[in-house]
Amino acid sequence: MGYLDKEFTDSNIIVTNLDALLNWARLSSLWQVGFGLACCAIEMMATSASHYDFDRFGVIPRPSPRQSDIIIISGTVTLKMASRVKRLYEQIPDPKYVISMGSCANCGGPYWDHGYHVLKGVDRVIPVDVYIPGCPPRPEALLEGLLKLQEKIRNESRVG
Amino acid sequence: MADTEFIKSVTDRFTLLLGEEKASQIVITESPFETFLTVPAELISVVMTELYDNPALGFDSLVLLTGNDEDDAVKTKNDDGSETLTGGNLSVVYHLESLPNRKKIIIKTIVPKANPEVPSVTPLWVSADWQEREAYDMYGIIFTGHPNLIRILMPYDWEFGFPLRKDYQNPEFYQGIKVPY
Repeated sequence: MGYLDKEFTDSNIIVTNLDALLNWARLSSLWQVGFGLACCAIEMMATSASHYDFDRFGVIPRPSPRQSDIIIISGTVTLKMASRVKRLYEQIPDPKYVISMGSCANCGGPYWDHGYHVLKGVDRVIPVDVYIPGCPPRPEALLEGLLKLQEKIRNESRVG
Repeated sequence: MADTEFIKSVTDRFTLLLGEEKASQIVITESPFETFLTVPAELISVVMTELYDNPALGFDSLVLLTGNDEDDAVKTKNDDGSETLTGGNLSVVYHLESLPNRKKIIIKTIVPKANPEVPSVTPLWVSADWQEREAYDMYGIIFTGHPNLIRILMPYDWEFGFPLRKDYQNPEFYQGIKVPY
């Protein structure tokens, strides 16, 4: 009897392809950089707390970018912060993902015209995978953004 | 409300200290909100030291120090519709409080944009240190005698001027990053 047949008789065997296995493993433990910038960071922390429980999706804040998979840009990125954000991003080992959280990180938000000090969108310094609108986005929106990112990872192919 | 009697007593003290001629340069401005004294920049050191040292005044607390652009520059219209500003003044506003005497006073000094030099009050109130750095950072007011007058909020390598001045122009690029929206 081949493995394909055993899938239905032996519950310990699952037949899948390597891509799906690796993607499933990676998307289920997206460790984020413990990094917050502004008021969006408060919502991000609320999402991490017990009520919304980010951990059920495997998102755990890590103290070092070298142990992380994603970075959530949660707040206004100033021009002074831009080079620091870029450095943090570069310190994350590949494969890495970026969630841009809130209007400020997306496009400058309320500082779009008169904010002399604000970077008009974090995508000017690092590539962004998911943009979450809101000012600040509710924790549900951040969860939705994370699910979108998981969907993206699920459809990737790293083996072939 | 403004304590007119107290303000009068303060100016009388300065008349004794500085003499009639110099003290006449200290102007009292009444406003619906707060009365304030406008002091020329060259008298700031003497005035502030007196306010701090004299036990009858005893202004031991600097509540707030702010810079300001007076917005009194001459505006000339260019052909393309933009405006060029020439001249104009900057100012520094000091909010002082006397905890032993339960008094407040507001001192203002106005300096020309061409030479915006004001003596630092950091030797008197240490809390002025970072506030003066901020006023320098935003308006380019030079506080002479400040121990460490460098930018505090903007990047240290910011070379595009002082952002809260009325004639400030944001740069196109900063460190290779496009700045305008």
